Parts: sequence; structure tokens; C-alpha cells
Amino acid sequence: MTSTALAAHEVAVSYGGRRVLDGVDLRVAPGETVGLRGPSGSGKSTLARVLALLHAPEAGHVTLDGHRVAGARHRLPAAVRTRVAILFQSPRAATDPRLGLADIIAEPLRATGTPEERARARAAELADLVGLTPDLLTRRPHAVSDGQLQRACLARALVHRPDYLLCDEATAMLDASTQAHLAAVVTDYQRQHAAGVLLITHDPALMARWATRVVDLPPPPQS
Amino acid sequence: MTDLALPVRLRRSKPRTGRVGAAAAWAVLVGAGLACLLAPVLWPLDESAVDLARTRLAPSWAHPAGTDDLGRDVAHRSLYGLRVSLLVGAVAALVATVIGGLVGAVAGTLGGWVDRVLMRVVDTMAALPHLLLGIFIVAMLRPSLGAVILSIGLTHWLSTARIVRSELLSLRTRPFIDAAISGGASRTRVITRHLLPHVLPRLALATTLMVPHAVWHETALSFLGLGLPPHLASIGNMINDGQRSLLTGAWWASIVPGLLLVVVTLALAALTGRWRDRLDPRVRAELNL
Repeated sequence: MTSTALAAHEVAVSYGGRRVLDGVDLRVAPGETVGLRGPSGSGKSTLARVLALLHAPEAGHVTLDGHRVAGARHRLPAAVRTRVAILFQSPRAATDPRLGLADIIAEPLRATGTPEERARARAAELADLVGLTPDLLTRRPHAVSDGQLQRACLARALVHRPDYLLCDEATAMLDASTQAHLAAVVTDYQRQHAAGVLLITHDPALMARWATRVVDLPPPPQS
Repeated sequence: MTDLALPVRLRRSKPRTGRVGAAAAWAVLVGAGLACLLAPVLWPLDESAVDLARTRLAPSWAHPAGTDDLGRDVAHRSLYGLRVSLLVGAVAALVATVIGGLVGAVAGTLGGWVDRVLMRVVDTMAALPHLLLGIFIVAMLRPSLGAVILSIGLTHWLSTARIVRSELLSLRTRPFIDAAISGGASRTRVITRHLLPHVLPRLALATTLMVPHAVWHETALSFLGLGLPPHLASIGNMINDGQRSLLTGAWWASIVPGLLLVVVTLALAALTGRWRDRLDPRVRAELNL
């Protein structure tokens, strides 16, 4: 299979002997927005982590544009990891409390060896795109709101121009206007880069408006 | 999320040591530090000097803290004793921090069976009385500064190892580490940019909190005759020697060095306590948000 897509094939994951995902298939093609639904504990976030190449499944595998991905996290080269970006539900947990917003956004660029000036310019450009004013960029996470912090997380997720963006309840903690703005930024990015988006949300309205296709995860298997 | 900030601010507003106490503690520490540093220049001490014509003199202008049973000036020797005690305390605390930091870092980053084995070693050592263990270590070596430092360092790294390990374990599973990895950060980058900056303040705090404890440990060893060679002026040696004079009424020979040690270590403990009050809730609030 050599199609361009980020796909999970027969993926199985257990935590402490309890099976969370049991042979799940999911495919996100460029340009499409796949909605992922399922009751609590059905493994939506786990599947997102597997697709984000942050968790190696016990069985099954992930393919990225037809290539089988072996392992996860640091076993993969940075160039592969950065092709898939993930946005977490809690921006607080997803940001290093010691860094300022500008550094949070530029960090992935610095980590992959981008010259300082280019990293800074790109961070400023993305901050502007997600609607963060320059005065906010010097602040640290505890001094900004959840919405502002999630904007920074979205900017960080886009710095490497990922081919796939996974949103794991990313707008659940935000007010309606921030939610709408971030959704617009993601849709614009998706259109320009033909990026594939995985949307995990409990919000039926958001799902209906945005998802081109909806996948339901079965409830967690009874132990 | 934000309600966590409230108890933090409440706690920060009333530290255990007030501003006056902190100023006094700083004055004591700076005074003692300067005196210790300048002592060899201003008031050189001949360790072997004995003046049997002036034994057990009560405090006076010539001898502000009297003399001991060999006619040596107690104030003068106390100052030198403090030098030794602080040096031993600081170096031993550093040794303990390095050992504990390494063990904790290995256990916390590798995890798995390495972690389990290392932590069982820590539990086993923690179950033994550490003074006894320290005595065992110095007894195997010749009495010297190095032996005392080694004995304290080798018995005091357990809590540091636990702190570093638990800090790393809780950091490792946090989404911002996932985000860094996803963003392309290498292992080294994750450690130097995200893990170390969170662990180092805790490590520095653990070290300073350990200094007074290590000083007392050195004193205890010297008091038992297992620490520094008996002719060296150390607080423990002086208290031990001074015991003999207590019955003849020369209380100053052991009380003065003891009090000096109490005042200086209390000042040190008060300041590190203030630092912990300021640092800890912030770190905790940042880590548990």
C-alpha cells in the first residue's frame, strides 16, 4: 500500500494489562478532516498518541505515506516525528512552565538546528497568525490564559509545517470565539498545505461543521 | 487550574522566618563566613601550642571565651573549629548531592529493573541507622578530613536520590515532554532544555538543606573520637575535650563552641528554609498544574 496517508493498521495498546485499543484501523488522508468519536476510555487519546508517533503499539503498526513506521519517540528520526504534530487538551500540561511563549513556539525549530534569527522570525510570524500580540510573547505560561496558551501551542504545532495535525480535544477548554478563531487557523493551514487533520471532540456541532468523515471507536472491551 | 495559585500565595505571604530573622541570619552567616575566611591572616593559630600556666581561665578581655584545660584560647579555637566544620559540611553535602543526583537520574531516566534495583538499595540503606553506618565507614579508614567527608557523603545521598528520581518520573510523563519529542527534540535536548532546569533548583535546595545536617554529623563523629585527629581544632573535638573541664566549673570550654555551632547552623537552616518556602510552592504549582 503506497497511498499518501497517516494510517493505523490493526493497532493494539494495553496499559497495565488492560487492553485500551484492540485492532483499530484508522486512515487520515491529506486534506481531509477525520472526526474521531467514542465514549470515555475508548482509547481516543491513546490512538492519537500512537498516530503522533509518541507511543509504539504492541501489535499492529502505523504507516506514514505508505512507509511502515518502526518504533516511536526517539527511535524515529526528528524529520519523521515532525511530520505529525499533536495538540493536547490542556495547554498548561503541554507547555514547559519555565519558558516564555516566544521560546515555546520557537523551541522545535531550535531543537532541529534552525538558525536563531530564522527561528525567531518564524515564531513571530506564527504568533501573529494565531492572534498572539507581541507583548504576550515574553510572558510565561502561568501569566496567560488557557486560550492564549492554546494559541501558542497551535503555533508551535505548525512551526515545522506538519503534513498531519492531530487535535485531541484541543478546543474543549476554550471559549467560543477562541475556538472559532483556532478552527479557522487550522482550516486555512489545511487548505494551503493539504494537511490531514484528526479531530477528537465531544462537541457534536464542531464535529458536524468540520469533519469530512467521522469514525466511531467501540466502547472499551470489558475485562 | 487557577485556584491552585491561591494557597501558594497564602503560603508565600507568611514564611516561617520573618524579615528581621532573615536579616539576623544573614548577619550571622556573613560575619561567621568572613571570620572563617580571614582567620588565618588575622589570627593565625598554632594547633600544637599549649600554655599550662593559663589553664581553665574564665572569660575575660584577654580571652573572651576563657581557656581550656591546656591553656588554649577557646574563642580562637572555636573559630578554627567552625572553619573545619563548615568546610566538611559543605563538601560532604556536595558529595552526597552528586551521588544522590546520579543515582536518582539513572533510576528516573532508565526506569524498569534498574530503577527497582537502585530503589531497593536506597530503601535498604535507609533502614540502617546512618550514624552507625557512618561510624562503620570512618572506622575502616584512618581519621582524617577525607574520611569524615566520605563517611557523611556516603550515608546522606538517599533523600537526594529519591527527590531527583520522583521529579524525573513525574516530568517524563508530562505532555510538554511529548510535545518536545514530537517537535523534533533529541534525547539530549529534552534533558538539557526541559528536565535539568526543573530538577536543578530542587537539587541545589537539597544540598543547602543538607549542610547544617552534615556539620552536625561531623561534630558527632569527632565527639565520639572517630572524626578528625584530636589535636585539630574542630567543634566536635572541642566539645569532647571540654567535657573534662565541665566538672571543675569551666563550662565555657565546651559550651562556647557548641553554641557557636548552634547559632551558625540555625542561621543557615533558617535561610534555606525561607528559600524552600519561596521556591517549593512555585515549583509544586508549576509541576502539578
